[in-house]
Amino acid sequence: MSLINLRSIYSRETIIGFSVLAALVFVLMPLVFDIFRLNLIGKYLTYAFVAIGIALTWGYGGILSLGQGVFFGLGGYCLAMFLKLEASTPEATKIQSTPGIPDFMDWNQLTELPWFWEPFNHMGFSLIAVVAIPVLFAYVIAAAMFKRRVGGVYFAIITQAVAAILTILIIGQQGYTGGVNGITDLRTFGGWDIRTDSAKYILYFVNGILLFVCLFIAQFVIKSKLGRILVAIREREERVRFSGYSVSEFKIFIFCLAAAFSAIGGAMFTLQVGFMSPSFVGIVPSIEMVIFAAVGGRNSIIGVVYGTLLVNWAKTTFSETFPELWLFAMGALFIGVVMAFPNGLAGLFNQHLRPKLHKLLSGKRSTESTVTTVGQFDK
Amino acid sequence: MFADYSMVELTSIFAMQGFAGLILFSVFVLMALGLAIIFGQMGVINMAHGEFMILGAYVTYLTSSVFSTYLPEYFGSYFFLAMALAFCASAGLGALVEWGMIRHLYRRPLDTLLATWGLSLILQQIYRSVFGAREVGVELPEWSMGSIALTDMIEVPINGIFVMCLTIAITFCVYLMMQRSSLGKQIRAVVQNRPMAGAVGINTEKVDRHTFAIGCGIAGIAGSAFTMIGSTGPTAGQLYIVDTFLVVVFGGAASLLGTIASAFTISQAQSTMEFFLSGSMAKVLTLLVVVGILMIRPQGLFTIKVRK
Amino acid sequence: MSDRKTRSFEILRRKLLVASLLVPTVTLAPSLTWAAPKTADINSTGLAVTDKTVTVGILHSVTGTMAISETGSVQAEKLAIEQINAAGGVLGRKIEFIQEDGASDWPTFAEKSKKLLVNDKVAAVFGCWTSASRKAVLPVFEQYNGMLYYPTFYEGLEQSPNVIYTGQEATQQIIAGIDWVVKNKGAKKFFLLGSDYIWPRTSNKIARKHIEKLGLKVVGEEYYPLGHTQFNSVINKIKLKKPDVLYAIVVGGSNVAFYKQLKAAGIDMTKEAPTVLTISVTEDEIRGIGGENIEGAYAAMKYFQSLTNSNNQEFVKAFKARWGDDIVIGDVTQAAYLGPWLWKAAVEKAGSFDIDKVRAASPGIELMTAPEGYVRIHENHHLWSKTRIGKAKRDGQYEIIYETDDLIEPDPFPAGYQ
Repeated sequence: MSLINLRSIYSRETIIGFSVLAALVFVLMPLVFDIFRLNLIGKYLTYAFVAIGIALTWGYGGILSLGQGVFFGLGGYCLAMFLKLEASTPEATKIQSTPGIPDFMDWNQLTELPWFWEPFNHMGFSLIAVVAIPVLFAYVIAAAMFKRRVGGVYFAIITQAVAAILTILIIGQQGYTGGVNGITDLRTFGGWDIRTDSAKYILYFVNGILLFVCLFIAQFVIKSKLGRILVAIREREERVRFSGYSVSEFKIFIFCLAAAFSAIGGAMFTLQVGFMSPSFVGIVPSIEMVIFAAVGGRNSIIGVVYGTLLVNWAKTTFSETFPELWLFAMGALFIGVVMAFPNGLAGLFNQHLRPKLHKLLSGKRSTESTVTTVGQFDK
Repeated sequence: MFADYSMVELTSIFAMQGFAGLILFSVFVLMALGLAIIFGQMGVINMAHGEFMILGAYVTYLTSSVFSTYLPEYFGSYFFLAMALAFCASAGLGALVEWGMIRHLYRRPLDTLLATWGLSLILQQIYRSVFGAREVGVELPEWSMGSIALTDMIEVPINGIFVMCLTIAITFCVYLMMQRSSLGKQIRAVVQNRPMAGAVGINTEKVDRHTFAIGCGIAGIAGSAFTMIGSTGPTAGQLYIVDTFLVVVFGGAASLLGTIASAFTISQAQSTMEFFLSGSMAKVLTLLVVVGILMIRPQGLFTIKVRK
Repeated sequence: MSDRKTRSFEILRRKLLVASLLVPTVTLAPSLTWAAPKTADINSTGLAVTDKTVTVGILHSVTGTMAISETGSVQAEKLAIEQINAAGGVLGRKIEFIQEDGASDWPTFAEKSKKLLVNDKVAAVFGCWTSASRKAVLPVFEQYNGMLYYPTFYEGLEQSPNVIYTGQEATQQIIAGIDWVVKNKGAKKFFLLGSDYIWPRTSNKIARKHIEKLGLKVVGEEYYPLGHTQFNSVINKIKLKKPDVLYAIVVGGSNVAFYKQLKAAGIDMTKEAPTVLTISVTEDEIRGIGGENIEGAYAAMKYFQSLTNSNNQEFVKAFKARWGDDIVIGDVTQAAYLGPWLWKAAVEKAGSFDIDKVRAASPGIELMTAPEGYVRIHENHHLWSKTRIGKAKRDGQYEIIYETDDLIEPDPFPAGYQ
């Protein structure tokens, strides 16, 4: 990759945008907040992984998935299984009737570890599984749908159905999955205690670093030819197809990439919060993740990170002080973001602040802002 | 499983199970009809569909309270008035929502999904604030409770029969409206070719509004009928939406016949499996089969032309 | 919380004699002495205790799907705290509380519990309702050494040093209920039905083992997802199998649909063919189901609002005066009411707010003034209590048919049932 290409992918504006976010995440927040609130912010940032994925599929690709919680949950469960097995050593579980297996299996009268849990004893396998299993699942769904040219509302509803199915299965098969309680009481990761304050600090920074890795990858995808084709698919799918591109393969790729991001987010969530439950897999949390992206600006991968932070911070604050008002506010947010601010925060930024920044940075009198806000997205 | 029972008992059980399947079918049709009309017409899925149903249920609750306090002699017949009121309330709210929100999002069905989800949150919170977070118990008229014994082994629940008859009546009315009335003709014209329909002078905006209102009104009647068989609370609408969406999507949006056929297939599959397997597995299997079939034939099982 | 300042011993004595307040008898005298102990003596772990106040936490869902159920618990806990404050507080200090909303979301429960324990340093937390919320907060309580008073009847299989379980565990509810129905109704065939998650599944496992131990038969066991609304198929199956007892553990919105459809299918519970026995329907749930739909069914609980002992009559009166006349009080609400009183008793016996000392003082604490009659904390942090069988009436209350003669010992890890 020559320097010129790199420059076009990571332009000066992008670098500045990333740097501001990096300063916020790595410097400002750890200084300002105590470890309790910082841990919360780390949790919000795990949702940001999903939001970035949604920005890619929906903002750039025009594919709305209302089931991203499935991949978040699968990634989280893979890591949770590893952590749970680590915490269920025979000494730690000696009061059970079958020591050495997770507590919820014992209550369900399982007497040995099910075969599909065995590989999760190995950290390497588990870490690979965190990404591989959700991506595989995403591939199956995407291939089946996109090769048959299903899109739009149909696809969205089917992702909802998938989320519903997975939730019912997880809750019902409680012997294998922990059921509605989820997999709780996770203690160490490879021997390292994840519950101490110092561990939480480290996890926060690791989370931030992984987030930026995803951001870099996403930016690369957007600015590359792949990204431009995605936008073209979003706007005029038939023409792209007639031009000879295999539209379904692009869609499958971006859907799997988003699934991978969500899965990493899920795994980091499990590490930071200390448990994983089916309440993140279902329809409602999946739709909420879409709203994070919408508020931030579905076309801007940095915007969605801010959007996630903002909505979650508002949720925690308002649900403490005005719980009833918060639900109204959230509903209004959905409607407002769709009707009045379709480009979200990023759109507002582009319209109002960016021209001023241009003026500041270039130091000359500025010409008209060359930024155009994207209008209609979907078909 | 069937070894200890006589022929008579077995036939009566199967007959009752057949009725159960038919009742489930009617429930699905009633739930999905309103949504299918809107989806076929405008290509939008109304995520607040469940909340419109619950509005009908709450209206029924209010009517029942008013009647039991002020007009106890007429309590037996309040239900029909309640259903009419439910239709008006939901249709009215539907028209308002369409005017205020949906028509601005006309070309953006995915955004409509999100906007109607937001609407459902707001409606749920309104119900919670007005009626309380607890479920309300709707007092049902005497004639609707219990069951009719067709023979001395076969008993069918009265409310099931009521729902079936209601479904037939409403489907028939919708058919009449679509095929025989001028509004129906306009609706069909707009569905087939919107620009041309506009060009020949049909007020497409008004047609959209009426369609949306009617779809929501039917949801209201469904909710009203469901007070006989289910719960009425702020979040009760959420219990129905996944099934409703799947029925509509499975049937494709080409015709109401598709919706009915899809409701029949899914309901029979589910009730048969529930009988032979356990409840959760039946639900999961049904969903899996539906999703599987949709993956193979994504335009829905009963459409002819491909829809995006 | 309360702003009455009653420091005079005479006023306190008069209030103790006035029957409108419930005051637990404690096994030691400290609560009646008037020199409020110095803060440093009674709080060596940095809890939120001052010379005049002590802070506790209330953690329930005020919003979301569980709000319906948890409202009663919040009301009960607040009433108990107000009554305790009116009687002089705990160790001479008024109780102040911080209320947090779990929002029916388990990670939020974990987050708020951490806030209460770490940021607010509360001396005790009264909270949670579902097992999932309890499981989510348990590691937090164990890590930061808090004490949770948990009110819901649940599946057992847990015994944490940081939780006092004021609701019954499964064996207390189930075994007595099944024994009663076998003895009094001659039941031989059972059909077990439940919502598909841990509590009904675990409860039915215990029920099945006990039924088979008695040499009787289980003719069916089925589960339906939470939120399921169409039960006609399983009702037909029930008609096919003709059990003597339908043992139903259906929960939430499904409850309403199930009983309505059961009645509509012609199963008249008052005729008891089959006898319907449930452990998941309290007076709160009947509100949504409708008394006429569940009339004739039996429920096994430790508390019913219609208990006739004097403790309960005072309690119901006080509850209605505080929260409204048309309120109903279910088993969990009463169990939540016990929480603050049990905590106060343990604190006064220990002479300190330190969690370790409260924990050490808890086993053996008795409450003579509990609305359900009498309870005692067991070493396993559950309560000795009686079990009752009630028959649902049309007006939404239960008629109490049977009460165990003795207190039932709690056994969260029942051998032979695992």
